[in-house]
Amino acid sequence: MSVDVDERPVRCLVAKVGLDGHDRGAHVIARAFRDAGFEVVYSGLHRAPEEIVQAAVQEDVDVLGISILSGAHNTLVPKVIDGLEAYSALDDTLVIVGGIVPDDDEDALKAAGVAEVFGPGTPMSETVDFVRANLPERA
Amino acid sequence: MVGRDTDADETDAASTALSDRDATLVESLLSGSHRALARVISRIEDRAPGYRAIVSALHDHTGTADVIGITGAPGAGKSTLVDKLALALRDRGDTVGVVAVDPASPYTGGAVLGDRIRMASTVGDMDVFFRSMSARGQLGGLSMATADAVTALDAFGKDTIVIETVGAGQSEIDVVRTADTVAVLVQPGAGDDVQTLKAGILEIGDVFVVNKFDREGAERTRSELEEMVHRRDGHAGASHPTGHHAPGAAHSAGAADDSHGVDDGAEEGSSTWTPPVVGTVAETGEGVDALLEAFDAHAAALRDSGELAAARRRRHAATIRTLIRADVGTLARDSITEHGGIDALAERVCRGESDPYTVAAEVLDPIERCVERATDGEPSGSPGPDADPGADRPSEKD
Repeated sequence: MSVDVDERPVRCLVAKVGLDGHDRGAHVIARAFRDAGFEVVYSGLHRAPEEIVQAAVQEDVDVLGISILSGAHNTLVPKVIDGLEAYSALDDTLVIVGGIVPDDDEDALKAAGVAEVFGPGTPMSETVDFVRANLPERA
Repeated sequence: MVGRDTDADETDAASTALSDRDATLVESLLSGSHRALARVISRIEDRAPGYRAIVSALHDHTGTADVIGITGAPGAGKSTLVDKLALALRDRGDTVGVVAVDPASPYTGGAVLGDRIRMASTVGDMDVFFRSMSARGQLGGLSMATADAVTALDAFGKDTIVIETVGAGQSEIDVVRTADTVAVLVQPGAGDDVQTLKAGILEIGDVFVVNKFDREGAERTRSELEEMVHRRDGHAGASHPTGHHAPGAAHSAGAADDSHGVDDGAEEGSSTWTPPVVGTVAETGEGVDALLEAFDAHAAALRDSGELAAARRRRHAATIRTLIRADVGTLARDSITEHGGIDALAERVCRGESDPYTVAAEVLDPIERCVERATDGEPSGSPGPDADPGADRPSEKD
């Protein structure tokens, strides 16, 4: 074991945005990520988009997982994405969304820069594998 | 694992030559880019190729920040207090950096870093740079990584940097000791906790905080702590002119406990500083101003006594030692591989062909011979690749 290590864990932020108090899913996914060996920063409840941007930038995460069950995804997620863009952080952050999102909205979110949307019942392993397979290269 | 930088010219981990891209990164950090600061801390945390050159380049821009370490048992209220401290510091115009260290799973290496949840008072204020770090189980690496992250925040221009960690083991204590001022947090009714704190943590506190001071037993916890503080100072005798906070308790306890011979205060050279015990209610922010005053008083005492320079010298010495130990460790690892790998060596012991001591001596032999040759043959000889004298030069800029 040395001061210089050759590998690094995946860093991710699991974020709850807006007026949505349902955090069971966020907790479960945070745990699944942790058990997959990721370093998970959890935002806590009721975060504003700019708070999430601040956390994602300062924590320099590879993955931003936004959990949203309130139906306000079309308003809140693009704000987060614009914020990341403003800090030139969008290119090397994998943004994924978990929650209840209608198919039409899903397409719009993906067009805005979300890599994938995971609905209810998605096996944890599927999300973990997706993250591993789609990690952004670090410049 | 994550795709990472592979600079052809950065293969030597100990190299302190800055690649062009890293020079740009350092430049952006110094000009105030949050993204660059975040990325530099990641590189430091990952011990990624080239990070040493980056820290080395940032070193010239440091020395202006006050560094405060906060430690205490889980649930004592560290994160909440840090949140309120950050707010109070911002109110008086200071910019703030926070490094919060949380444990990692020893099995998967994964971690849930939850300290950020409590940062509610300074939301949206980018002048509070909060960074969660996981104790990735590197031996001696955590305190190094923390110290280097503090270097980055200092170079970025943060006025006050807070290091927050659970005081649960030697590596955490090492982390918090990289700070100029160390606050130890306890909660009321923590009589037994205080007992356990005695062994390792009580010695390192420059300021003690009884948080949740509105709870039952708070006053008692405070007087117990004050008693211990004075007991610990007992053998410093008349050399602390700053007086007593709990006169009654101090006199009787001081004399009785001298025989324990704890060499903390003297070793730290803080014999003129008697750690105050401050009561706070982090939830409401009560007592936070008094705590800030205590921090300021300690910082002033450090400066006036010349202890700050001494402490920083000690810290640089520790850093140099850790770096060298790590590099020698790498050499040893190479030598183990050279000798057939650790499993093969252990197998030889199992088969009764050798014993661990002989094996270790064999593995170390080539390294020892190199050192002997270097010191005997060419006393002022050329330094090896990992002995760049400019790399970790202690700079006393305080």
